[in-house]
Amino acid sequence: MPGYILRRLLGVAVILFLVSFLTFCIFFLLSPDPAVMICGKTCNPARIDQIREQLGVNQPFLAQFWQFLSGIFAGRTYGEGAAAIHCAAPCLGFSFQTNQSVVDMITARLPVSVTVAVGAAVLWLLIGISAGLVSAIKAGTWWDKGAMMFALGGISLPNYFIALVLQYVLVVQLQVLPFPSTPDFGEDPLFWFQSYIMPWTVLAFGYASMYARLTRANVLDTLGENFMRTARAKGLPSLLVLRRHALRPSLTPIVTLFGMDFAGLLGGALITETVFGLNGVGKLAADSIGKNDQPVIMAVTLMAAFFVVVANVVVDLLYAVLDPRVRVKS
Amino acid sequence: MTTMPTQLAVETEEKGSPFSGGGPSSARRVIRTMRKSPAVLFSAGFIALITIMAIAAPLLTHLSGWGPYEYDPSAVNADLGGIPNGPLGGIGPTHWFGVEPQSGRDIFARIAFGAQVSLLISVSATLLTTFIGVVLGTLAGFYGGWVDQVISRLMDFLMAFPSLIFMIALLSALPAGNRPFLLVVVLSVFGWPYMARVVRGQTMSLKNREFVEAAYASGASRVRIVFREVLPNLTGTIIVMATLSVPGYIGTEAGLSFLGVGVTPPTASWGQMIASAVPWYATDPMYFFVPGLFLFLTVLSFTVFGDHLSKAIDTGEAR
Repeated sequence: MPGYILRRLLGVAVILFLVSFLTFCIFFLLSPDPAVMICGKTCNPARIDQIREQLGVNQPFLAQFWQFLSGIFAGRTYGEGAAAIHCAAPCLGFSFQTNQSVVDMITARLPVSVTVAVGAAVLWLLIGISAGLVSAIKAGTWWDKGAMMFALGGISLPNYFIALVLQYVLVVQLQVLPFPSTPDFGEDPLFWFQSYIMPWTVLAFGYASMYARLTRANVLDTLGENFMRTARAKGLPSLLVLRRHALRPSLTPIVTLFGMDFAGLLGGALITETVFGLNGVGKLAADSIGKNDQPVIMAVTLMAAFFVVVANVVVDLLYAVLDPRVRVKS
Repeated sequence: MTTMPTQLAVETEEKGSPFSGGGPSSARRVIRTMRKSPAVLFSAGFIALITIMAIAAPLLTHLSGWGPYEYDPSAVNADLGGIPNGPLGGIGPTHWFGVEPQSGRDIFARIAFGAQVSLLISVSATLLTTFIGVVLGTLAGFYGGWVDQVISRLMDFLMAFPSLIFMIALLSALPAGNRPFLLVVVLSVFGWPYMARVVRGQTMSLKNREFVEAAYASGASRVRIVFREVLPNLTGTIIVMATLSVPGYIGTEAGLSFLGVGVTPPTASWGQMIASAVPWYATDPMYFFVPGLFLFLTVLSFTVFGDHLSKAIDTGEAR
């Protein structure tokens, strides 16, 4: 086991290195010259050279990549002498637009994204898994058909479309909810809840549908297994059979999926945050795309990759804990 | 050192994949099963409608009288900030689905040309990912050894990757140019491992079956075995997976265009139309509703069709 964990962690390091290398390549090779972008309208060649010098973009590719990487772990200093700007340890550069430290911008907005992700995750796990369970147990009934039809709608509806419909109906027409914004929980808990309930619902709808379909398929698969027949033949009460024998093997794949989905959301729900005007990491990324603010896009990409890759490993380790078959194999 | 199978190794065991690789099923039987379901008929009908709309878009806009880029200032009320004249976003005999606020461009024309973009991108991406997935999946499954190692590691890497955010980063950095082509390439780069993984798993189990052994014994070459013994047994799976990947690509393309990194204006795309409707959602809800409805129904139709196809092909075979 320790050897396995060590190897997986090494794998994480390799993947993250590759991700950062690829991201850096994309922005180094494909993007327009950042110096020209920063320089703006009142610009002359001398000023551009000066900015290039300060950013270090006049150096060869590998040297720049090395500076970028070491900046993340040890911080880096832009420019020399009096004009030097120091960027402390997890340094991902400065925004071209606001000149703020990118790490500060992200950490300031992370709580909103976490709130969105956690609330939605609670909703979709509760609804998705219970709907899937009911459908599987009552397979073929109207319960099952209704739930599955709902789920089919959920996976086919683009979330920005549901978001707009909900906003139009609940906010504009019925006026039961206020215009969404990004309030503090401490100031006005009710307003806070009212602002987040729509983003949570919209995000949860799609995921819950996916999880309901998956849960149903998995439980139906498990119910057909030999050990289920044995358990019933032994005379165990059907609820106990379900809880003890059917749930665990059916839900382990869902744990895997959940880890990945949740981690993906921590990197920002771009569309949902944009539509509802929530000031999270996703909206930051979406806004930065519009303004071509490379350091921010790069940082959000790296952060999202970090979350997903780490979640992948955590989930794999958890899998070994939850599913004895995996351990037996080793 | 103990080796522990990763999640992938567990999932590719027998019941891991949702699609079974039995013998090739009779197409006629599949069609007969499918025709019984009203849901299939509806979805097939809608797919046909959208396809006709996409192919005949220039002809249809000729009939309706308004092209996708034509401005119609008489259809909007300049005094009210450019809101379409008439109820329901200006729907009427001149503009069948209403007009865009401010510009007065015909929404029907933009929907039809948007269908073109949407189908073109999603079908091309499906064809490309299917091709790459089948080739690399059979290579990995059939040859095993280092070929399998290289391909499998590449798949693991791509699938453990936060592909959506990376696609966004990549597309935002890429210079303008042939956007639909770039979208197809980017979607395919991240899309092929899903097909390849299933094909690889099934090839691996097929290559040890008796009929493959018999083919070997009768002196068939490897190429012949792949094309005559293995691949025909995978057609059902490949068709189902390809069908089910179309709605995924339609949705992703629309999402990317919604975020402003997909198809660029003035070319019409459903996702981009919804994005431009966001500031108008309170005053002109039809503007987001029409493209949203088309997007929803198209994705739904492909999903329903694929689901039923998967069931029909599964049950149509003696397992």
